[in-house]
Amino acid sequence: MKVFCSLWLLLSLVKLSPAPPASQDPPFACRGAGDPAPPQPETPEDMASSGDLEPTHYPARRAATVALHQLNTRHGSPHRLFALQEVHKASAEDVAAGGRKYSLDFSVTDWASGSAGPALRCSAEVMFPGTERSSPDVQLRCEALQQINSTAQDHAFYQKYIAPESAVSAQHIPDSYGNVSEEMQPFWRLARVAASFIMLRESSENTEFNMAQVASVTQQESSEKQLMLEFVVLLHDLPSQEIVQWKLLASWSPDRGVRVLQTEWQPRCPHDTKPPN
Amino acid sequence: MILARKFYSSKMKGLLVLTALFVAVFGKKTFEGDQVLRITAKNEAQIFLLKELSEQEHLGLDFWREPVHESLPVDVYVPFHSLQAVRVFLRYNQIQYNVMIMDVQDLLDDEEREMVKYRTIPRSTDDFVYTAYHDLNSIYSFMDMLVAENSNLVSKIVIGQSYENRPLNVLKFSTGANRPGIWFDTGIHSREWVTQASGIWFAKKIVTDYGRDPVLTDILNNYDIFLEIVTNPDGFAYTHSRDRMWRKTRKPNSGSSCVGVDPNRNWDAGFGGGGSSSNPCTETYRGPSAHSEPEVKAIVDFVKSHGKLKAFVSIHSYSQMLLYPYGYTSTPAKDKAELHELAKKAIASLQSLYNTRYTYGSIITTIYQADGITVDWTYEQGIKYSYTFELRDTGRYGFLLPADQIIPTAEETWLALMAIMEHTKNNPY
Repeated sequence: MKVFCSLWLLLSLVKLSPAPPASQDPPFACRGAGDPAPPQPETPEDMASSGDLEPTHYPARRAATVALHQLNTRHGSPHRLFALQEVHKASAEDVAAGGRKYSLDFSVTDWASGSAGPALRCSAEVMFPGTERSSPDVQLRCEALQQINSTAQDHAFYQKYIAPESAVSAQHIPDSYGNVSEEMQPFWRLARVAASFIMLRESSENTEFNMAQVASVTQQESSEKQLMLEFVVLLHDLPSQEIVQWKLLASWSPDRGVRVLQTEWQPRCPHDTKPPN
Repeated sequence: MILARKFYSSKMKGLLVLTALFVAVFGKKTFEGDQVLRITAKNEAQIFLLKELSEQEHLGLDFWREPVHESLPVDVYVPFHSLQAVRVFLRYNQIQYNVMIMDVQDLLDDEEREMVKYRTIPRSTDDFVYTAYHDLNSIYSFMDMLVAENSNLVSKIVIGQSYENRPLNVLKFSTGANRPGIWFDTGIHSREWVTQASGIWFAKKIVTDYGRDPVLTDILNNYDIFLEIVTNPDGFAYTHSRDRMWRKTRKPNSGSSCVGVDPNRNWDAGFGGGGSSSNPCTETYRGPSAHSEPEVKAIVDFVKSHGKLKAFVSIHSYSQMLLYPYGYTSTPAKDKAELHELAKKAIASLQSLYNTRYTYGSIITTIYQADGITVDWTYEQGIKYSYTFELRDTGRYGFLLPADQIIPTAEETWLALMAIMEHTKNNPY
C-alpha cells in the first residue's frame, strides 16, 4: 500500500492541474477525503434565498468569505491579512444562466494588527456563475485600505529573506497545540494570502473555505528579486468538513505583492487508510 | 568608572542622568519585564559607545554577544529597571535595535509549564494544568482524581466501549437520587481539541462551585449533570498519534480502505439525508446504519434508559455559534421561539466576559444542512433544550486553537451553559 501511495504522490507532484481529473480515481490505497469539497445539495431555503438575507447565516457569510479571499489576494502581505468581522447587510438575486449574485455590506479587520486594529468597511458584489467548475467573480470596494500601513515591516522582512543565503524551511504552522513562532508569523500570513488564490478559485455557494494549517514552507531560490516560497497548505471546507491539501509555489515582494505561480491538489494519504494486516 | 572622551562626554552625561532617574531597587525575585535586545551597530563609533555602555555596572547588563565589530549583532540582556535608560541611550545615539525576547519571565514561565506538563504527573486536580492540551491517559487520570477528591458529588459511569475497546466514561454530578438530568458532551469530533479541554475545565468548575455559587448549587440540588469529556476516544488517540485533523470514529468500513464514520451524522433523525454522505472516504460519512457506531449507540442507550434528561448540549468547534434543531429539515422546531430566545440570552452571557461574538439560530439556516445529528435525535426524543455549540474561533487558528485560549473559551462557554441550565430548572416540563 505504501508503494502505491508514494507512486501516487510522485505522480501527483508532476501534474499541475488545478483540480483532480474527475475521470481518474486515486489508487485504492489512497482513496480518501481527497477531492475538493463535494457540493452540498441546496435546501429549499437556499433556492428561495433571494432578496434580503440574514447577515449572520451561511448564505451571506459564504459570499462574504469569497470577497475576503479576493481582498487578501490583492492586498494581503506578510504583515497584512484580512478577516471577516461582521456582515451588516446582504441580499441575493438570480442572474443570467443560472447564476446568483450577492450584494454585501461588511466589515473586516487586519489579523496582523491584532485587536488594536481598526475595522474597515467594505462592500462587494459576488457572482457565482451557474456552471459547476467556474470561479466566482468579485467586485470589491473597501474604505481606507491605505490606513493599514505594513510597509516598514514588509520591507524589513523582505530585506531579511531576499538575502542569497536565506533558506527558510518549516513545518506544521501552527503546530498541533496552536503555536506559531514569532519568526513564522509572516510566513503563516503569506501562506494564507497565497492559499486565498486557491480558495477563491475553488469557492461556490456550497463551500466555505479556511486555511487550517501550513503543512510546510520551503524557500526556493529567489527569482527576479521575488521571494519564492513553496507551500503545502491544508484547507478546511466547513459544509463538507473536508481537509483538502494543496501544494503551491508563490512569489512575493513589497512592490509586486503575492503571486501564485503553480498549484497542485494533493491526495491525503495514508492517514485515512486501514492499517496493514 | 566612566571614561570621559571628548566626543561622547555629553552623551554619557545624558546616560548618567537618565540612569539616576530610572534606577530603582527591585527585589530580584523574578525576571519580569526583563528583555533581551539585539543591537545592530552601523559603524565603529557605535561599537565604541556600546562598549562604554557595557562598562556601566549599575545597569546590570549582561552581554550575550559582546560588541566587537559593526558586522556582528550585539545581544544584551537588560533587566527591567535599566530598560528605559538603555532604550533612550540607543535612540539618542541612533543605534538600531530590536527586541529579541519581550519578557524573559514569560519565556521561563512557558518553559516551566511545558516541563510541568511533560514531566510531572499531577497528584490532584488542583495540580492539573488546565492551560495545556492533554492526551487521553492524562484526561482519564484527571477523571479518576476528580471522583476520588469529590466522591460524595462525582462518580464515573462507563456507558460503553469504543470500537477499539476504550471505555466511554461519563462523569455524573449528583446530590440525590432519581433526579432529572442535564447532559454535556465534548470531543465527539476528535480534532476539536478545545472542546475536550473545556470539558475538563467544566468538570473542575462544577465541583468548585457547588456549595459556593448559589445558582449552580440550586441546579445541582434539583438536577444531575452528566458530562462526557472524550466522546470519541479512538479518534482522539489518533489525533495525538497520527493525524491531528482526524474527525470521525476509527471503525473500518467494509468494502472500503477508508476508516471511520462521522459520529454526528450517525443518529436516527433524518438519517441518510443529503446533509450527510454515503461515501466512507468523506468526513461526513453517515455510517452503514443509524447508531452503527458504538460511541453513538452508548449515548442512545443511556438517554433512553435514563428517560429524564431535560437538557442536552453537544459541544463542537469551531465557528462561534450556538445552534438548535433542526439540521435535517427546514421545518422549524415546535419550540423554536423559546429555543431562539434562550440562545440569545445564553450568547449575551457568553459575550459579557471577553466580548466574543457568537451567531445563533437553527443548524440548517445558520451553518449548513446536516442530517443524522445528535441534537435532532435528542430533541425528537423529547429533550426540549437540545443545543449544539461551535466554540472558538472563527477560522484564524480553527482546530489548532492555542492553549492559552482554553480557559477563556471554557469560562465564557460556561456562562452560556449556566444560562441554559438555569432556564431548564426554571421551566420544568
